[in-house]
Amino acid sequence: MLSYLVRRLLQMIPIVFGVALLVFILFNTVGEDPVRVALGTHATPASIAELRAKWGLDQPYHIQFFNFLVQIVTFDYGESYITGAPLSEMFLDGVLVSLSLTAPPYFTAVILYVSLALLIAYYRGNWFDRISRVTFVAMMSITYLVYIIFFQWLLAAQLDLFPIRGFARGLDGVEYLMLPWVIILFESIGHDIRMYRTIFLDEIKADYVRTARAKGATEMSVLFRHVLKNAMIPILTYTVIGIPYLILGAFLMERFFSIPGVGDLMINAINTGDFPVMKGLTVTIAIGYSVFNLLTDILYAYVDPRVKLG
Amino acid sequence: MTTQHATASKPIYGESLSQRAAKKIRRQPHTLLCLGIIAVYVAIAIAGYAGLMPDFQERVGASYEPPSLEFAKILGTDVFGRSVFYKVLTGVKTAITIAVCVTSLAIPIGIFMGSVAGYFGGKVDAFVVWFYSVLVSVPYILLVLAISYLLGKGLLSICVAMGAVSWVGLCRLIRGEFLKHKSREYVLASKLLGATDMRLIFRHILPNVFHLAIITASLMCLNSIMSEVVLTYLGVGVQDGSSWGTMIADANGELVQGKWWPLTGVTLALFFLAYSLNMVGDALRDALDPKLVD
Repeated sequence: MLSYLVRRLLQMIPIVFGVALLVFILFNTVGEDPVRVALGTHATPASIAELRAKWGLDQPYHIQFFNFLVQIVTFDYGESYITGAPLSEMFLDGVLVSLSLTAPPYFTAVILYVSLALLIAYYRGNWFDRISRVTFVAMMSITYLVYIIFFQWLLAAQLDLFPIRGFARGLDGVEYLMLPWVIILFESIGHDIRMYRTIFLDEIKADYVRTARAKGATEMSVLFRHVLKNAMIPILTYTVIGIPYLILGAFLMERFFSIPGVGDLMINAINTGDFPVMKGLTVTIAIGYSVFNLLTDILYAYVDPRVKLG
Repeated sequence: MTTQHATASKPIYGESLSQRAAKKIRRQPHTLLCLGIIAVYVAIAIAGYAGLMPDFQERVGASYEPPSLEFAKILGTDVFGRSVFYKVLTGVKTAITIAVCVTSLAIPIGIFMGSVAGYFGGKVDAFVVWFYSVLVSVPYILLVLAISYLLGKGLLSICVAMGAVSWVGLCRLIRGEFLKHKSREYVLASKLLGATDMRLIFRHILPNVFHLAIITASLMCLNSIMSEVVLTYLGVGVQDGSSWGTMIADANGELVQGKWWPLTGVTLALFFLAYSLNMVGDALRDALDPKLVD
């Protein structure tokens, strides 16, 4: 177990190195010169040289890249080009805000839609299954943007159930987060239920289900005692692997409802040419993704005794 | 059957995977309807390139006329009195262009990288796996945003950005299949007869795994159209007004004023295309899966 963990952690190093290299190539060599963006067209050569030295951009590329790697290892990404605020604090703050937006509907969705999918799997093949299939594909065919616009119009502007937009920290924020939660929950129905249904139907074909039926188990007990337990393995994998994306937040949601999470930070950085924010965020999220990938594999071995790590 | 064998007048050939899939799909009226809808969209896009499409910038009436039975005003007019219907048609052209460009960029890359990695193994495989692991670690939308930001705004740069990122899924699938196929007997036999690596990859193994590329392509068309709408809304992407994303962004303020027709027009146009692509993708997956042969 320990040797497996160490080996997997070591395997993460080339991946993170690759992400750093990719990000560095994209922003430091291909992209626009951030100094020129910041100072505009009327800058004097002296002020350009000064700012370049301050941001460390007068160094040769290999030194700049090394400095970037040091930043990644120490989780100290320096300061924003635009606001001058320390990035590590900005990121942590943004992560918490994004999680408060995406985590509650995410975990509600897992419980709600797994149950609903089990119900649909129970009625597989009959009219209920067929109607739900067409309905869910239809729901998946409407873009996220339209859901946001429509629900904001209907629930906030017309029915006045929620505030239209805004954000507050702490418990006061719940009032503003309700509408985004509802939208996220609604938007993910089609995709989630279809996937859970496929997982359940794969399990229902298995031999142990036939054995359970043969010994006289009722359909309900087959589904809840046997199928659900075995289906938990792929469901768990899917759920855990989605967690790093919660940190990224719902890009669109944050943009639309002016919620200052990670997605909003990223879009602002892109619009203002704030390279350290873009680079730092991308690498941080990539590391998060790799860690959760590893976590999924360990959990996998934990819930399924047939899987051996090593 | 037996009489045919006896007379041997006509040799009997087995059905290929694609023949069987075509037969299956021909029996599903719903899938055929969806294919028809996609064909209409493609035809509209081609008409747009042939210069047959009316100019969406032209004013056809007053500002915000609700839908009426007149051809140009069937979906009403926008704030400048331009026809919403013409704007939606122009959006079809943009959407189909993006779907075709991204798919024709990403599918060959995915096939090539996947087959080379799976077939040769060793260092080549290690490099390809490392490369796509790096790409996968960065969330899709972030990478596309970053690349299209660097390439500048526009149709071409968003196509390149999405194409450069979208090949990973197919590459993984093809690599996995190549790992399985390369030690099968038919490959070994052909190798023994002196077939070159290129011949083995492209002539022998690839036809056996090509159905994966078709299924992936249908889903990629859908994803790239949906992503472009969102990216355009976020400020990268196609900014000249010819994208559905721009129309949806504008519609946001209009809905509050009770101007529902611009949003309805775009949503319906996008809905029918996305629904058809979803259904055709599903049907292709069912029809082309060798495990589901009955």
